Amino acid sequence: MRGFEQHLNDFRQRGVEIAAISVDSPGESRKLCQARGYTFPLLSDPKAVVIRQYGVLHPHGGEENKDIARPAEFLVDSTGTIRWVNLTDDIRVRARPEAVLQALNTLNLQ
Amino acid sequence: MKRRWNIPIWVGFTFVIAAVFSYIPLFALFPVTRDVPWANYLLFLIGGFLLAIGVMRAFRDPERYRGKLSGSLFACLSVAVFGLFVFGLAYASKRIPSPESALRPGTVAPPFTLLNTAGRQVTSSEILKTHRALVLIFYRGYW
Repeated sequence: MRGFEQHLNDFRQRGVEIAAISVDSPGESRKLCQARGYTFPLLSDPKAVVIRQYGVLHPHGGEENKDIARPAEFLVDSTGTIRWVNLTDDIRVRARPEAVLQALNTLNLQ
Repeated sequence: MKRRWNIPIWVGFTFVIAAVFSYIPLFALFPVTRDVPWANYLLFLIGGFLLAIGVMRAFRDPERYRGKLSGSLFACLSVAVFGLFVFGLAYASKRIPSPESALRPGTVAPPFTLLNTAGRQVTSSEILKTHRALVLIFYRGYW
């Protein structure tokens, strides 16, 4: 997510918003924002409702066997359709912002 | 004659410790050193090389150099630490559910309303009214 913060202007110039979703409470996310300097919205899905709907639940993956999100990135266009997805098989390896920007360029969104 | 300290053993072990503890706070922050942790492997390699020199010296010339016991001990510990590191990368960090259940491109993105860090409601359809696209990053949290 640091990479996305560094490339935030590239996304905003293209009219693209970034939002990160986890089961963390707003307070926990606020601490993370302050510590890492994130300025895009961090959204709180404590019961993993949206995480489940997107099919990216990691059951018992968190502390105290809590259900959490598996790492994943979705690109949603203005009609609300998913246009691009990145699903890593390794917690450490996340989508790079350059890859998402490239997907944006090739998708030719309205 | 007083035996000398076997410096490469200590420096080598320091490199090994640095190799394992530098990953999360430092090298994992940069994709170049995160996805393939070559910087950490390099530190392990330097540490292993120095330890090997130190241990060889201790056994070949025990009257001049210390470190037969400490060198062997640190070498074993280093192998164990390296093993744990490789295990973490190859196994522990890949323990996530298969991606088959995830929504695919072309499907409708479920609309949502969630709280942001200020405790205010953020609605996906509102964002999409004023933007060409929305990138959703799902993350594990608790980091």
